[in-house]
Amino acid sequence: MGGQEESGRREGAQSCCSSGRRPQDVGPCCGGVSFALRAGAGAPATPWIEGIVATPAGGVPRVTTKLTRSDRLGGWKARWALGRMRYSVEPGLYAVGSPTSESPVFVSANHKMSLDRLRSNLDGRDGWILVLDTQGINVWCAAGKGTFGTDELVHRVQAVRLDEVVSHNALIVPQLGATGVSAHAVKERSGYTVVYGPVRAEDLPAFLDAGMKAAPGMRRVRFNVRDRLVLIPVELVMALKFVLIIATAFLVLAGLGRDGFSIGRLGTAGVGYAMLFFSAFVACCVLLPALLPWLPGRAFSTKGVWIGLIVGGASVALGAVARADVFGSWPASIGWILFVVAVASFSALNFTGATTYTSLSGVRREMRVALPLQIACAAAGVALWLVARFI
Amino acid sequence: MKQLRYLRNVSTLKLDVETCIGCGMCTIVCPHAVFVIEDSKARIVDLDACMECGACAVNCPVDAIAVRSGVGCATGVIQGALQRTEPTCGCSDKSSCC
Ligand code: SF4
Ligand code: SF4
Repeated sequence: MGGQEESGRREGAQSCCSSGRRPQDVGPCCGGVSFALRAGAGAPATPWIEGIVATPAGGVPRVTTKLTRSDRLGGWKARWALGRMRYSVEPGLYAVGSPTSESPVFVSANHKMSLDRLRSNLDGRDGWILVLDTQGINVWCAAGKGTFGTDELVHRVQAVRLDEVVSHNALIVPQLGATGVSAHAVKERSGYTVVYGPVRAEDLPAFLDAGMKAAPGMRRVRFNVRDRLVLIPVELVMALKFVLIIATAFLVLAGLGRDGFSIGRLGTAGVGYAMLFFSAFVACCVLLPALLPWLPGRAFSTKGVWIGLIVGGASVALGAVARADVFGSWPASIGWILFVVAVASFSALNFTGATTYTSLSGVRREMRVALPLQIACAAAGVALWLVARFI
Repeated sequence: MKQLRYLRNVSTLKLDVETCIGCGMCTIVCPHAVFVIEDSKARIVDLDACMECGACAVNCPVDAIAVRSGVGCATGVIQGALQRTEPTCGCSDKSSCC
C-alpha cells in the first residue's frame, strides 16, 4: 500500500487538511487511496464507504448508493449553515457496485452533496467515480471558477492512475462542468474523451440506458418552483447580518420623536418596527423565488419592486385593519413602503447570483440603472419615516 | 423555461460561422439551447437565452465562439467593483452564494 499513498497526498496538503476543519463525515483526510485502506484497517470508517475494490492501481473505496439519514441531515445542514458550505470529501477514485475495467467513469466534485446525488442515482450500476478537488464546491460553481476544470481533471486522471484501472478512454463529465472543462484540451493532454452527461444526476440512468445519449431535455437547466425554493435558506442566512443592522437602526431611530429621544419608545415602537422590518424581509425572501416567473418585468430589480409593494403595502394595510396605529401617519406609511420596496428590489437583484439564467452583461446593465434608484428610494423612505416622527 | 428569461440583447456571445466546422459541441454543452446545427454549421437561435457561462467557447475546438463569460451575480459584481477585480462569486471565501 505504500506506493499508492503518494498519489493523492500532493493535493491533500492544500485541500481539507489545511483548512483545520474536519467534519466527521469527511473521514480521514490526507492521501487518496491510503484513506480507504486506513478505513478498512479499522480506523473510524466513513458510513458511506462499504469496503474496497482491488485494482491494479491499488484498493479503491466502494461507496454505497443508498443515502442514509446522516447524509440527508448533512445536506440539510449545509444548506442552512454557511460555515458548512464546504462540505467536502477526499478527492480521488471511488467505486460503485462491482466495476470492471470496462465500466464507465463518472467525474464529480468533492462537494459531499454532489457526490451524494451522483452515487444515489447509480443504484444497481457498476462504475468508477473520479472525484476532483474543487475545494468542497459544487460542480457548477467550481466550473465557473475553473477549479472543476481541464487542469484538475487531467491531473486527477494521472494521480489515481486511471489507465491502470480502466481499459477504455471515456470520462462522463456532468454537463454543467463544461464551463471549466475543455473536452478537446482534455483529449489532447490525457488521451481521454470527455462525454458530457446530463445536467441532472437523476437523468443518469436514462442516459446510460440510451447508450450515453442525452435526450434534449436532459441538456437544459431548469429553474422550477422547487429549484427556486431550496435557495431560500442560504439567501436568508447570507443577508442576515445586514438585515439585523437595519432592524437595529429602526429600533434606535424609533426612539426619536417630538419630545426628543425616548428610551421607552425603543421598547414599544422600536421593537415593533424592528420586528416588522425583519418579517418584511423574510416575506420578500420567500415570495420572490416563489412568484418569480409571474412577476412583471425581466429585470430582477423590477420584480423586486412588485414584491416590495406587496409586502410593504400589506403591512400598512394590516396595521390599518387591526387599528394598531403602527405607522402613525400617512407620510410614515409611505416612507415605510418606499423603504421596503428599495430593500426588496435590492435583494431581488442579489438573487441573480442564485438563478440559472442571468448573465454578467445583463446584471451589469441592470445594476447601473437600479442601484442609484434603489438608494434614492431607500433614502426618501427613511427621510419620510423620520420626518413623520416629528409631526 | 420560456417564461424565465433575462434582459434582451445584452449577451456578448459571438459566433464566427466561417470558422465553425459543425462539430455540434456547442449544442451539447449549452444549458439553454442557444445553438442549433443547420447545414453543418452552428447557428445562434436564441441569443437572449444565453447566460454567458462560457461553456460553448471553452469547448469549441476551433475557437469559433467568443463570449465574455462571468458570473451573472449582483453580489459578485459589487464585490468585484469594491476589490477592483473581475466579478467573483464569493465561493472562494467562507461565505458562498451558490
Ligand atoms: S463547437 Fe464550434 S465548431 Fe463545433 S459546431 Fe459549435 S461553433 Fe461550430
Ligand atoms: S455562453 Fe453558455 S449559455 Fe451562452 S451560448 Fe454559450 S453555453 Fe450557451
